[in-house]
Amino acid sequence: MSCEIDIRGLTKRFGANTVLDGIDLCLQPGERVAIIGPSGTGKSTLLRCLNFLDRPDAGVLKLGDLTVDAAKASRAQILALRRRTAFVFQNYGLFANKTARQNLTEGLTVVRGWSAARAEARADEILAQIGLADRGDSYPASLSGGQQQRVGIGRAMALDADLMLLDEPTSALDPEWVGEVLDLIRRIADGRQTMLIVTHEMQFAREIADRIVFMEGGRIVEEGPPAQIFGDPRDARTRAFLRRVG
Amino acid sequence: MRPLDLGYMAELAPVIAGYVPLTLMMAVIAMIAALVLAALLAIVRVLRVPVLDRLVAVFISFFRGTPLLVQLFLFYFGLPQVVPPMTGIDGVTAAIIGLTLHFSAYMAESIRGAILGVDRSQWEAAQSIGMTQGQLLRRIVLPQATRTAAPTLMNYFIDMIKSTSLAFTLGVTEMMGAAQKEAAGSFMYLEAFLVVALIYWAIVETLSVGQRRLEARLGRAVAR
Repeated sequence: MSCEIDIRGLTKRFGANTVLDGIDLCLQPGERVAIIGPSGTGKSTLLRCLNFLDRPDAGVLKLGDLTVDAAKASRAQILALRRRTAFVFQNYGLFANKTARQNLTEGLTVVRGWSAARAEARADEILAQIGLADRGDSYPASLSGGQQQRVGIGRAMALDADLMLLDEPTSALDPEWVGEVLDLIRRIADGRQTMLIVTHEMQFAREIADRIVFMEGGRIVEEGPPAQIFGDPRDARTRAFLRRVG
Repeated sequence: MRPLDLGYMAELAPVIAGYVPLTLMMAVIAMIAALVLAALLAIVRVLRVPVLDRLVAVFISFFRGTPLLVQLFLFYFGLPQVVPPMTGIDGVTAAIIGLTLHFSAYMAESIRGAILGVDRSQWEAAQSIGMTQGQLLRRIVLPQATRTAAPTLMNYFIDMIKSTSLAFTLGVTEMMGAAQKEAAGSFMYLEAFLVVALIYWAIVETLSVGQRRLEARLGRAVAR
């Protein structure tokens, strides 16, 4: 089994505290993996380390033909890695001084060197897909939470990344906006975008993921298809967690 | 007590107002230089650039911790004694340099505060799409920080205009110097310095109106 995306021995410490303790994970092209587990077990840190928003202390990351040794990653390698991944933040992270459309084009023109016209055409396509065709000129401050997160996801879609990382994309939303955001993610997942999603929405994870990864204490405790993890969890810790979250 | 000699004041006003361009020239040049310097100092502090960060902290501490008048005397009278290229520096240049360094220290701190006020998640989002440090500062962070810092920076500019009067102590004939000379002949010190005060007041009031308009415009850019 070859891995399109291969994570080996990923380790992250904050001071004396080991948050990620040698994570190994392999993703096939188009595979959708959901990470679940108790709070503070390193799920978000794992995503952030894959994008070097947090710098891992050790481990090797392989994305297609790009291999990065975390311990001695150069600035160029980090940029290359970031240009192949896209990140969706819990609290959106929209650029407040840019319109919705500019939030989508920014990465294309500034980072990828696309022409403004080409980037705007792409942005308008995506605005239509995320149901905000008429809000392209709006600044984030004038959008609802659900609309802002859809722009956040749209920005990640625009990059056409090898791997999309979604860090609890609905956790900061008012309940009324959760549905529309989950619907959008579901559609992206249906398009077989390779994705790694940290979520507390168990039903949703079960529905969209090809594989569930259960983490606790900075390690992967158990992984497998949703039916097995939710229906027949092998590890006592997985069973305890699933009982707690109902 | 004698009455104010309004006729004398009316005569004097155009003479002293003739020095307004010199005042504005010193203030504008020093302001532009101070803005550029302050932005660089603020960036060094925010990014915690090794070594430079410590030096900048000392620079800011010194220029905020000592009186502007003392700094101006250091540049004009003190340094030329030990730094040969500074010999013969003229008062206007010394005043511009002094004002630039002094105000850049204050402005750096308010720009730094404004930069740190830009939500951390926007930095991370910019990094996550592969922007370099320079791109994210230029395109995302600084435009927002400028907006936040604008009112404070405008206040420093107003303060700077008034502080150019200290150039008088370096032998520059600006508004204060001219008033002093006129009054020395007429002995009407009250009228002379009142004219100076009124002219400064008028300049500052005019700028305050401009400031309110500018803020309204900057606010609109992110309005709903």
